[in-house]
Amino acid sequence: MTVPDTAPEVAGLAPELAGAKEGQGSKPLASASERFTAYDVEAFEVPGGREENWRFTPLRRLRGLHDGAAFDGTAQIAVSSGEGVTVETVGRDDARIGEGGVPADRVAAAAWSTFREATVVTLDGTPAPVTITVTGPGHGATAAAHLQLRTTPHAEATVVVEQRGSGALADNLEVVLADGSRLNLVVTEEWADDAVHAGAQHLSIGRDAVLRATSASLGGDLVRITQTVKYRGPGGDAELAGLGFADAGQHLEQRLLVDHAVPDCTSNVIYKNALQGVAGTPDARTVWIGDVLIRAAAENTRTFELNRNLVLTAHARADSVPNLEIETGEIAGAGHASATGRFDDEQLFYLQSRGIPEDVARRLVVRGFFGEILARITVPELRARLEDAIEAELAVTGS
Amino acid sequence: MSTLEITGLHVSVAADGGAKEILKGVDLTVRSGETHAIMGPNGSGKSTLAYAIAGHPKYEITAGNVTLDGQDILAMTVDERARAGLFLAMQYPVEVPGVSMANFLRSAATAVRGEAPKLRTWVKEVKGAMSDLDIDPDFAERSVNEGFSGGEKKRHEVLQLSLLKPKFAVLDETDSGLDVDALRVVSEGVNRFRADGDVGVLLITHYTRILQHIRPDVVHVFAGGKVVSTGGAELADELERNGYARFTTGAPAEAGV
Repeated sequence: MTVPDTAPEVAGLAPELAGAKEGQGSKPLASASERFTAYDVEAFEVPGGREENWRFTPLRRLRGLHDGAAFDGTAQIAVSSGEGVTVETVGRDDARIGEGGVPADRVAAAAWSTFREATVVTLDGTPAPVTITVTGPGHGATAAAHLQLRTTPHAEATVVVEQRGSGALADNLEVVLADGSRLNLVVTEEWADDAVHAGAQHLSIGRDAVLRATSASLGGDLVRITQTVKYRGPGGDAELAGLGFADAGQHLEQRLLVDHAVPDCTSNVIYKNALQGVAGTPDARTVWIGDVLIRAAAENTRTFELNRNLVLTAHARADSVPNLEIETGEIAGAGHASATGRFDDEQLFYLQSRGIPEDVARRLVVRGFFGEILARITVPELRARLEDAIEAELAVTGS
Repeated sequence: MSTLEITGLHVSVAADGGAKEILKGVDLTVRSGETHAIMGPNGSGKSTLAYAIAGHPKYEITAGNVTLDGQDILAMTVDERARAGLFLAMQYPVEVPGVSMANFLRSAATAVRGEAPKLRTWVKEVKGAMSDLDIDPDFAERSVNEGFSGGEKKRHEVLQLSLLKPKFAVLDETDSGLDVDALRVVSEGVNRFRADGDVGVLLITHYTRILQHIRPDVVHVFAGGKVVSTGGAELADELERNGYARFTTGAPAEAGV
């Protein structure tokens, strides 16, 4: 494929390589398979905001995580103990660090280059659900963190990562699933209003391993999460679900790459966002980028990805970029769907015409919209808490 | 004993080139225990009357009154009208993805009755009402109207009617798109509603066949945005024989919903 020298962007996939930036470069990359990765922050150019993978992110609100943050604070990571759960604090020289993946953007690399110690949580057998709490460094501070979750072969575990607090955090979360293991992972972004979180999740699926990941993005000023799924052997199965509720001025960004490079693996992605803006304040914003790559070797792959955005009010903007690259014809199934719709006045009229007050009708519709995501959260208290949090978000503007 | 009174009702909708008047002075009084059929050609404004009474935001009331036992319906929000005792069975019921029929019915019953129905009796009540209308119990778990056939949607409108027990029901072309069996089931549902309580029915239809199942006390012929003739059930028989031609000459048809 010939790419003209002047092409500023390639839909969805071109990374911030030296030279890929508009006006500087010769050739942007044409495929997710060519995505540049490195542990060293200096291997990446400082993004200017026009690169494909930064063009949606308000860099001015990143608190310098991409360029010159002091990383003077510390994010506390606390892990609930239990049988079959081993918690270690290790240095970057630990051989296991990096097994999950390699940073693919400058912020993730900055976090990798900066963290002082990593928390490694190993799940063995069938432990009771584990709760990991990540607390931001505090108002005005910046921090880098590193967390690795790993399973032993045939382990079955549930882990909830709850993230809250103030300040700015750049981090890497490695998930390394051993062969035949199964992990239910729930990650919540329940930050304070000032918080900024730029997180990179590296999800590495072993042979016949199963990942059921659900994320809930509710709080924070700016939350940008990148998820990369890789399969180390055939039979891997990854399901990534997520919900986001963006209110006035909030920027929630989810970018994922599912890299099918081995045969007989499955991926299923379903993300839903609701947006609710307010006149006179910056827009409520969501960004969803879903890249699925099926390489030539990945025969008999089955994949589907879906993004739905529900725009409840004016002063809101949702971007959705699904992208499917297929390099082999021998696949079991592949598809994607994306739709962004306004809250439907006809639905509201119908519900109200049966006596249901407007606020109750809106709650019914939003609860219904998120229902299939929330149903995946198997920890009842957590599901109830997130349902309450969504209703509280809805109540903010009294709608 | 309740009275739904419509006087001098004028209704407009926004259209290219400004507001377009659809209803041009409707006068109509329905008392509980009565069934009134409103018949008229397409575009005569029948559905506009139904939606205007229910409070659809698309329709602007430019003159006239609608009262329920003296209360000003037009001053109420859509949900207040329903709680005051009005019900509109829609010609095209709206799909609400993600909201289960069961959840919707319970929310509506809670709103209309002023308190949540007791769970045990409620489940029994819903099952009974569904069975009366030949509705498969599985529908309770499906999203409201989503993927329902035309006939299934109409059955569910009548299901809501039977559970919410309004004082007045406006049935907007509930018979359209129904096969003979479905028409019978739906009509029986409406007749049960009529028999169960001291209620009034405003039956809007284009065809006379539903009137074989639901006998009206009064028949109004609607043309050009107003009632042009009123009579007993025999008026429907005349329409069956002669059509609307006698009423539409000189009254230009207007676009309705």
